[in-house]
Amino acid sequence: MSSMLVAAGVMGGLGLFFGSLLALANRFLKVEEDPRIDAVEKLLPGSNCGACGQPGCRAFAEQVVGGAEPPSRCTVSSPGGLEAIADFLGVAVGAAEKRVARIHCGGGLGRASQLASYEGFESCGAAHLVGGGGLECSWGCLGLADCVRACTFDAMWMNASRLPVVDVDKCTACGDCVEACPRDLIDLMPLAHRLIVQCRAPLAAEAARRICSAACDACARCAADAAPGLIQMVGNLPVVDYAAGGPAAPEATFRCPTGAIRWVVGEQFTEDRPAAAAGRFHGHA
Amino acid sequence: MSPLATFRHGIHPREHKEATAHLPIERMPFVERYLLPLSQHTGAPARPVVAPGDRVERGQVIAEPAGFISTTLHAPVSGRVVAIAPRPHPAGKLQPAIEIEADRLSAQRPPSGPALDPATLEGDRFVAELQRAGLVGMGGAAFPTHVKYQLPAGRRVERLLVNGCECEPFLTSDHRLMVERPEDVVRGATIAAARLGVVETVLGVEANKPDAIAALERAVDGRPAMRVVPLAVKYPQGAEKMLIQAVYGLEVPSGRLPLDVGIVVNNVATMTAIADWFDRRHPLIERVVTVAGPGVARPANLLVPVGTPVRAVLEHCGGLDAETREVVMGGPMMGMPLASLDVPVLKGTSGLLAFTEAEARLPAEYTCIKCGRCVEACPQFLNPSRLARLARGGRFEEMVGYHALDCVECGSCSFACPSGIPVVQLIRVAKAELRKAAAGAAKR
Repeated sequence: MSSMLVAAGVMGGLGLFFGSLLALANRFLKVEEDPRIDAVEKLLPGSNCGACGQPGCRAFAEQVVGGAEPPSRCTVSSPGGLEAIADFLGVAVGAAEKRVARIHCGGGLGRASQLASYEGFESCGAAHLVGGGGLECSWGCLGLADCVRACTFDAMWMNASRLPVVDVDKCTACGDCVEACPRDLIDLMPLAHRLIVQCRAPLAAEAARRICSAACDACARCAADAAPGLIQMVGNLPVVDYAAGGPAAPEATFRCPTGAIRWVVGEQFTEDRPAAAAGRFHGHA
Repeated sequence: MSPLATFRHGIHPREHKEATAHLPIERMPFVERYLLPLSQHTGAPARPVVAPGDRVERGQVIAEPAGFISTTLHAPVSGRVVAIAPRPHPAGKLQPAIEIEADRLSAQRPPSGPALDPATLEGDRFVAELQRAGLVGMGGAAFPTHVKYQLPAGRRVERLLVNGCECEPFLTSDHRLMVERPEDVVRGATIAAARLGVVETVLGVEANKPDAIAALERAVDGRPAMRVVPLAVKYPQGAEKMLIQAVYGLEVPSGRLPLDVGIVVNNVATMTAIADWFDRRHPLIERVVTVAGPGVARPANLLVPVGTPVRAVLEHCGGLDAETREVVMGGPMMGMPLASLDVPVLKGTSGLLAFTEAEARLPAEYTCIKCGRCVEACPQFLNPSRLARLARGGRFEEMVGYHALDCVECGSCSFACPSGIPVVQLIRVAKAELRKAAAGAAKR
């Protein structure tokens, strides 16, 4: 009986001792934190996607409260959500250019020459290592949807030509798909930049056309037809520099013989979309 | 009789060597066109020193090393350079290559010159000679040979291990070389051993090649500090770390090289190439390739000029069976499946194997049942099932803690897996991602 009392006493004593230590620590070692950080974090989407350049929503909230970043750097929040944060902090929302992921390959089924069929682990990263997935083009899209699987916003899907389509409304420009592509075919571009080069093959003329009917064959007509300085041919591919040249216009794409440069309003690859919306399929073909 | 030496773990795939093991090496006739990718060795691609239109002689230097870890490329035939442009490479990508049209009227005389006595070469000149000869490891990885002979200051090499295991099924190119040119294997090893100043040279050969062991023993006979060691038959004994363990019981520490345990390992074919360079002044412009597999009409061991299109080699062997579904360059365990037959034979090409549906078919994949067979097979004592699971989940950084970077990609795990999980492929994808991340971090 007495040993039980001793045990209870010791445990109780320990509890009392450590409890008072914690109470003292709370009194003297307290770190003051701006309560607005918690509030702003609650107003953020909580997806921790990293599109803002911060390691997570909490870190971004600290930056916003500290005034280092405008709320608009969060590309996931709705305009209303950003407004709420700005109102709460009494700051300006800030201007943000909407950016989206763009695919720099328009090859896909029926256009890019397929030398052999790849079998094995269904992943672009794996196929890339095994004879380049059997694709004759060393630079083109392998079509096994690593980017679609990487997307946490359900903003990507594979179309009937096995090319990834980015839903520009859902895309938050977080960059996960950019990392996932073993062939570095995805870039984050301002939505307002409408001239998109859908080819990364640094080949010219017949050599390019032989491996893919949608390849850029470096004819340079787009560079000639665009405003002076806007498009430069670099390494057999057109490079659009919005800072260097006059206004971009769809005319630059009209004489492209292969459709490698496109004037894109909204989504890419809309011409490949199956007639019925039910034709959408996600990866794992 | 004491049991034969070997390493721990590993697997026993069926050997399938009977079709070509007895066939003497025959010379592949010259063809019309040759493709010499600038990158057919580990390291920086070679830099071309010829231009389209140039006439080249067999054995002439056509590309020079672009750095220390890089090597020389020579014209395999006399002819004319027709292009230097992206051409299909066995790795499945278009890569810059020198295309040579062979001269039909040329006698295609091999390059020659007075023998060079390696003993007269001081220090770095020996290393420069190996680089000038375009030598690479001919077992498959094609690592420039001269790099292994550039010893860091103060480092001593005690042992030279000559790798005659040829543990991959089907391949018999090294086997035939040991049977037909044992004196040159030993001559190359003697040159290499003298340069390294080793106390002992061991030629490790698996016991399934008794004729090769006998031939080498006759060639070695009486030479001091050189012996032939028969090894138990097991895959992947030809991996240099496994061979070191089999012969000496030594483990190369994680992330280190054989040099760190005082050993240099070279393939037998590399040894004959060293002898060819010093004694006959032949650079590395041809090599023995085993053409085999159920899809090949006439299996053979061929001496093929580097750069010969795979299609021409297969046609010389009677063409492919209509049932052929896959052609692999190298051995079936670690070789590369080819996306195109228009790629050339490289310096590191030990075999061309044609497989039909029965061999090429992938096993149906099931869930991992945690049976541990991959763990028992892994010669590096890793946990492949754990690594594969992490790789599938994209948890690449975590894999470093499980020593993914020590994986030698031998494929024993995939071979052993009863659930048909592509274990080694998953690990390879992860290793590629880790390399990419490391390269990205280095840039930043």
